[in-house]
Amino acid sequence: MTVSSIAFTLNGQPTVLPAGTSPTLSLLDWLRGQGLTGTKEGCAEGDCGACTVVIEEPSGARVPVNGCITLLGQVHGRVVRTVEGLRAPDGTPHPIQVAMAESDGTQCGFCTPGIVMSAWAHARSGGDVHEALAGNLCRCTGYRPIVEVLSGVAADDMTAPDVLPPASVRFEAPGQVFRLPATLDELLALRAAHPEAWLLAGGTDLGLRVSDHREVPASVICLLNVPDLQSVEARPDGLTIGAAVSYGRLLDLFRAEPGFGPFAALLARLGSRQIRGLGTLGGNLGTASPIGDSLPPLVALGAVVRVASLRGARDLPVEAFLTGYRKNALAPDEVIVSVFLPRPPADAHLACEKISKRHDQDIATVGAAMLVREAAGVVAEARLAFGGVGATVIRAAGAEAALLGKAFGTAEVAAAAEALAHDIAPLSDWRGSAAYRLAVAQGLLRRLHLRATRPDLPHEVTAFAEVL
Amino acid sequence: MDGSLTRTGAGAALRHDSALKHCTGEARYADDIPEVPGTLHAALVLSTVPHGTLTALYADAARAMPGVVAVLGPRDIPGKNDIAPTGKDEPLFADPVVEFAGMPLALVVARTRDEAIRAAAGVKAEIAPREAVLSIERALELGQNVIAPQTIRVGDAAAAIAAAPRRLDAEFRAGGQEHFYLEGQVALATPGEGGDMTVVSSTQHPSEVQHLVARVLGCDFNRVTVTCRRMGGGFGGKESNASWVAAAAALAARVTGRPVKLRLQRRVDMIATGKRHPFLYRWSAGFDETGRIHGLKALLAADGGWSADLSGGVVFRSVTHALGPCDVPAVELTAQAVKTNTVSHTAFRGFGGPQGALLIEDVMHRVAAALGRTPEEVRARNFAGVDGNGDATPYGQRLEGDLIARVWAEARRDSDWDRRRAEIAAFNASHPTLRRGLGSMVLAFGISFGIQHLNQAGALVHVYSDGSIRLNHGGTEMGQGLFVKIAQVVCDVFGVDLDRVAITATSTAEVPNTAPTAASTGSDLNGWAAHNAATAIRGRMAEVAAAKWGIAPEAVVFADNKAWAERVGANRNYDFSELAKLCFLERVSLSATGFYKTPDIHWDREKMRGHPFFYFSYGAAVAEVIVDTLTGEHRCLRADLVQDCGRSLNPAVDRGQIEGAFVQGMGWLTCEELWWDAQGRLRTVGPSTYKIPGSRDVPPVMNLRLLDGAPARVETIFRSKAVGEPPLLLATSVWNALKDAIGTPDLDLPATPERVLMALRRRG
Repeated sequence: MTVSSIAFTLNGQPTVLPAGTSPTLSLLDWLRGQGLTGTKEGCAEGDCGACTVVIEEPSGARVPVNGCITLLGQVHGRVVRTVEGLRAPDGTPHPIQVAMAESDGTQCGFCTPGIVMSAWAHARSGGDVHEALAGNLCRCTGYRPIVEVLSGVAADDMTAPDVLPPASVRFEAPGQVFRLPATLDELLALRAAHPEAWLLAGGTDLGLRVSDHREVPASVICLLNVPDLQSVEARPDGLTIGAAVSYGRLLDLFRAEPGFGPFAALLARLGSRQIRGLGTLGGNLGTASPIGDSLPPLVALGAVVRVASLRGARDLPVEAFLTGYRKNALAPDEVIVSVFLPRPPADAHLACEKISKRHDQDIATVGAAMLVREAAGVVAEARLAFGGVGATVIRAAGAEAALLGKAFGTAEVAAAAEALAHDIAPLSDWRGSAAYRLAVAQGLLRRLHLRATRPDLPHEVTAFAEVL
Repeated sequence: MDGSLTRTGAGAALRHDSALKHCTGEARYADDIPEVPGTLHAALVLSTVPHGTLTALYADAARAMPGVVAVLGPRDIPGKNDIAPTGKDEPLFADPVVEFAGMPLALVVARTRDEAIRAAAGVKAEIAPREAVLSIERALELGQNVIAPQTIRVGDAAAAIAAAPRRLDAEFRAGGQEHFYLEGQVALATPGEGGDMTVVSSTQHPSEVQHLVARVLGCDFNRVTVTCRRMGGGFGGKESNASWVAAAAALAARVTGRPVKLRLQRRVDMIATGKRHPFLYRWSAGFDETGRIHGLKALLAADGGWSADLSGGVVFRSVTHALGPCDVPAVELTAQAVKTNTVSHTAFRGFGGPQGALLIEDVMHRVAAALGRTPEEVRARNFAGVDGNGDATPYGQRLEGDLIARVWAEARRDSDWDRRRAEIAAFNASHPTLRRGLGSMVLAFGISFGIQHLNQAGALVHVYSDGSIRLNHGGTEMGQGLFVKIAQVVCDVFGVDLDRVAITATSTAEVPNTAPTAASTGSDLNGWAAHNAATAIRGRMAEVAAAKWGIAPEAVVFADNKAWAERVGANRNYDFSELAKLCFLERVSLSATGFYKTPDIHWDREKMRGHPFFYFSYGAAVAEVIVDTLTGEHRCLRADLVQDCGRSLNPAVDRGQIEGAFVQGMGWLTCEELWWDAQGRLRTVGPSTYKIPGSRDVPPVMNLRLLDGAPARVETIFRSKAVGEPPLLLATSVWNALKDAIGTPDLDLPATPERVLMALRRRG
């Protein structure tokens, strides 16, 4: 593993950072220190989007990310564009910049560069406008003109220059080593040697410790360049997903794969495009927070986590992997390699839900994934997983028992909801009271039943608003 | 005076002057200014306990940390440890009483911001705890206030309630609101020679920054210069709170002799700076079967937090707006701000007005529910100046009943109320769990600062000898489009295009003794001041031209970038630039200050009577929501807004203000929730935990109309009306629609999914 300098392409220009540059300096802080002050800091926690920059991938995809939680070491070998890089070589503003200005899409203007970058990425990716804007807060305009501009953006042909191939490199700065292994074997050896190092994938959680808490980690192992962690495989029985596959890629996959529509709908609400551009399934599992959005579906679908070390690999059902509040079954020398996600049966009722104060880019007050399969007029399988109602994601055993072997009817669902009160023991905090969390969990069970029995109706308010 | 609606003058729908610069990233904010080598950075040390006595502060370890230059506390202040904007004895650093969790204890100064932040975490405080008062209820029990109760009385409310056929008593609450300006608080202080201090501050009130810096440094105002080109949002949060941030930076700059920047981390900003006042309401009303309210007795108790700050003004505005557009013949309305061990609540768009208006809406909805009538019917039954109702506010200022009736009629018509009422009823009957609701709001908002002396403004206009114009005034730009509006006024006076006018940073060195840009008055006050300055110069230019042409100065017409003899298109004319050059050669001054003070306003604090507002702005809204009765989740589906802007100075800017205010108000009333734990610590300290509306939360259908053909009836600038705050009240329609959807008026604010679900369960 060679010691190297961080190198990337910035606004079309090859950029090599001086040796000794801290690899955990945020891209935002570095940009602003270079005088590229168009990219703003609004929150330093990856939520407001004022720092949005775009990573241009070799595939041509444009991935918006939050510069505040993207570390310099993570952008090695990548292509980055900031708001300053949108102008034509002769200085002409980009048509999106002009459109935003002429449509009254700015008031105070502080969020605007980030919104312009999200719009530029959206011009290529397309999709739902609100999905494109979920990671960009504006406090002035009320968004109407911004939504209109994004709804009309035209694709441009700006391209990304070639990037460096993934290589095994190490960056050193005073008191810091940042390692980018390029193979699984190399990663496992590094992990065995450095069990104290931060394992950094997207960095949407660890990045906060740098950006918000201003920590300077001594040792980081970055997982982004390990091909085994980036692979996905779709088979009839399910999907194998590399631990460092971004949620953005996963969302595209889920949307294309039969059976994963409900999970896709939830994933579309996980963070924002910026967060999904970085965040990974391995990250949610590694963090093992009870409010990790992806965990209830993994539990409900019976996912299997593959972990590995130099000692070998082992497969753990996700319920065995999650051992407690922000705790998992990883040994100090182990890393998560992949997750196998069984394909939901076509005849199952599956709902992946998140209740939060805001629809987009919020943390779950209650998360839920509920799979119920009927056979011969009775419930043959019930897997009800809830997040945000305990120290870890919980299977509602009592509620499941109340459903199994009985007709899937209103009275049975009501009984299961009663049983749920004994399955979960939520806490009260700023996201909701214990009483509300229980009431919502019960409500979600009834909503699953409604989805199953009245497919002709809109089942929740956002679906209704979108039909409008 | 009648504005000619020109291409770039008053009335033109021009875009924000900085719009393209915003989009390219060129627009510079305080933190974007290149730093002078040697610039130091500061970070605050905050208390983590809500009430106590600071017995020791251990800073030696922090002083020894890398890069640390100084750790400063109250003993290092050369002037006064007092940052009170209106009263006194509001210390910058606790000394020794700690009044809230988040109160600044000290300031760390270091080479880099990271070093300062890390060292600030290394300062340890020893605080002997005292009992903390953390709720409005507890403070009321103890009778502790930062602003004593103020009561407006008309008639005998108790007797009127007792004599009325029906009576209701109720209590409800509304939460506060974090400003969440995207650009956090920031100031850069640069020491000069002889004790001078130059401060770049993201502030709505440069003059107050100047005053507080001078107070903390112990110097005269004339040593301190404060500038602000633009803010990344303000909303009231940078009216008084920017001042102490700047004073802290200036203190560090004075002690170290080097430029010092203090840019608060978002978390620190949310913990240490004030918010919109939460309110507790208790009321009794007497009414009849028609819904007419005979008497109303109410308490509006604001949580002032630990200090007065601007709470006096907020209390005043809440009590003067507590009846909204309605008339109640006998009232006893009491408002006060209690003292709690919480951050000192401050100005926020509407400044108590939105909270005041909630009272009458709650009354209307509960009375309507009790009578089995609609809230709209009950509200209209009580409109001021309609159907024989009184036409004055309880403090004696007349409302315009015709405009109240008109905005409501137009909003109702625009919203297609009757058809949708029926459609919604049909939907609700058919869907097992989703419920739609329709709600409305009618507002009357008084325009002028409640503190009379603030209703003044100054401007400084230069015309250079090439005919280019430089405009400066006391107003600040926080995104609201003030600068372009004032430039339009100047264009109108000179008959020139906008590109001829240079818009410049607000500076205490150019226009002194200014009011904050607040209370929606920015364009009303500064527009007239700039108009007066430009008119003075134009008069001199006209004299020069008139002398050349042998006509009367009044016969010189300024239009199309020219001065014309007697009429536009005349053979005798000068290019504006040519005339400017001529004036210079003739030794005529092309620079002028302009001044304005709002006429005809007065207030008797003893009697609680007067004419405190120059005029009222009116508006009405209809909102539709949908609620999931299983989870409490809800969405606003459609809003129809009608807002009175008089004769708008800039309809594009005004539209942006109205839409933005509506969405911001909707956030306050629905998803934005401040949550303090049992130890008095705010736990919603970033956008991950404090949720302002996102783009999807905006109603997918939002129809907006500026009230047409309604020029202001008093002599405002070009007969326009203020627009910054009033439309925030339109969002109350969303609260009202939620109550309609869930079938109960008993819904505290913010109406989060949790409160909505729990209200449904209480209703049964």
